[in-house]
Amino acid sequence: MDLIAQLEAEQIAALGKKIPDFKPGDTIRVGYKVTEGTRTRVQNYEGVCIGRSGGNGIGGSFTVRKISFGEGVERVFPLYSTNIDSIEVVRRGRVRRAKLYYLRNRRGKSARIAEVQNYKPKDGADGAGA
Amino acid sequence: MRSGVIARKLGMTRLFLDDGRQIPVTVLQLDGLQVVAQRTAEKDGYTAVQLGAGAAKAKRTTAPMRGHFAKANVAPKRKLVEFRVSPENLIAVGEEITADHYFAGQYVDVAGTSIGKGFAGAMKRHNFGGLRASHGVSVSHRSHGSTGQRQDPGKVFKGKKMAGHLGAVRVTTQNLQVVRTDADRGLIMVKGAVPGAKGGWVTIKDAVKKPVPGNVILPAALKSAAEQAKRAAEAAAAAAAAEEEAARKAAAEAEQAALEAAEAEAAAAAEAGGAEEAPEGDEKNEG
Repeated sequence: MDLIAQLEAEQIAALGKKIPDFKPGDTIRVGYKVTEGTRTRVQNYEGVCIGRSGGNGIGGSFTVRKISFGEGVERVFPLYSTNIDSIEVVRRGRVRRAKLYYLRNRRGKSARIAEVQNYKPKDGADGAGA
Repeated sequence: MRSGVIARKLGMTRLFLDDGRQIPVTVLQLDGLQVVAQRTAEKDGYTAVQLGAGAAKAKRTTAPMRGHFAKANVAPKRKLVEFRVSPENLIAVGEEITADHYFAGQYVDVAGTSIGKGFAGAMKRHNFGGLRASHGVSVSHRSHGSTGQRQDPGKVFKGKKMAGHLGAVRVTTQNLQVVRTDADRGLIMVKGAVPGAKGGWVTIKDAVKKPVPGNVILPAALKSAAEQAKRAAEAAAAAAAAEEEAARKAAAEAEQAALEAAEAEAAAAAEAGGAEEAPEGDEKNEG
């Protein structure tokens, strides 16, 4: 293991985050810390994960898309951001793409994603929130 | 003016801070950084230290360089760089510099050899705009266009930006902030990018465009000084422990003595009636 990978592994261990096993197509709820003036609170952002990038390492991130007041909203979260309080999987979706950018052109019925019926947690990963 | 350091660029990563910020950092490593030679005003007309870093195979080092390293009594080094220092900041030959040379928050200048790009066109090399995609432009969409005027001046002016070799030159990035240092592994993390490829050598100096902070270590953060401080701390700790031990022993002895005295007193009190003959007998034996 080179020193950079070692440093990143150390930092991941030090951050002590629990990242659930989730994929594009899954509906997830992200608890994001919002600072208003001096106090902070946790704001939930729930939507479909339409893509993950950067792998599972310290540089990984994921995109969550939701329809807010009739307007499509996408947010990119770094996987190990200290601003993220929690990540929960609400629903596991069955999709055949790694990046679900086609959802941007769809609305309503055609933007639905079928639920996975036979989800099996990966070895070593927890199936929390499934 | 104090010495800089030679470091190897390991690569980039990011740090997540507790306040939610994330910082892109370049990890630089000090690898066996030692003083190989000194330049003095009497001998050379200026004062500087020559530092060496990395490990070179002795059999691949030329004989003259082997002699140079042998004179300094250091192992052969891969990279040698001279740093100008003021006379009072000269460092003894053979001393090793640690990553504590810089502290978190300090600004530094990092110089390295940029990644070579070969023969590059004007668009990549000088950020020219190129020609139009249509409207009659043929074959020359990425060309530089005109290079001058007409029969007068009748030449291309010197310094005209044109295609040519790009990269592989010495580049200095100024005012990079040190985010973290790790003396055990010899790591210095600076915010942002540093010139050069991974595994390349860079030099780090105190930023010239910022005032030198008051708490920098002069002449340099030396391994010998750190070890001395560690030894001193250990000695102090040992002394404190010994003192504590002695105090505890003394207290225990005092307690013991008090206990014995109390016992003796109690015994004496108990035997106060018919034990008067015994001491007398003792005295007789002694006499």
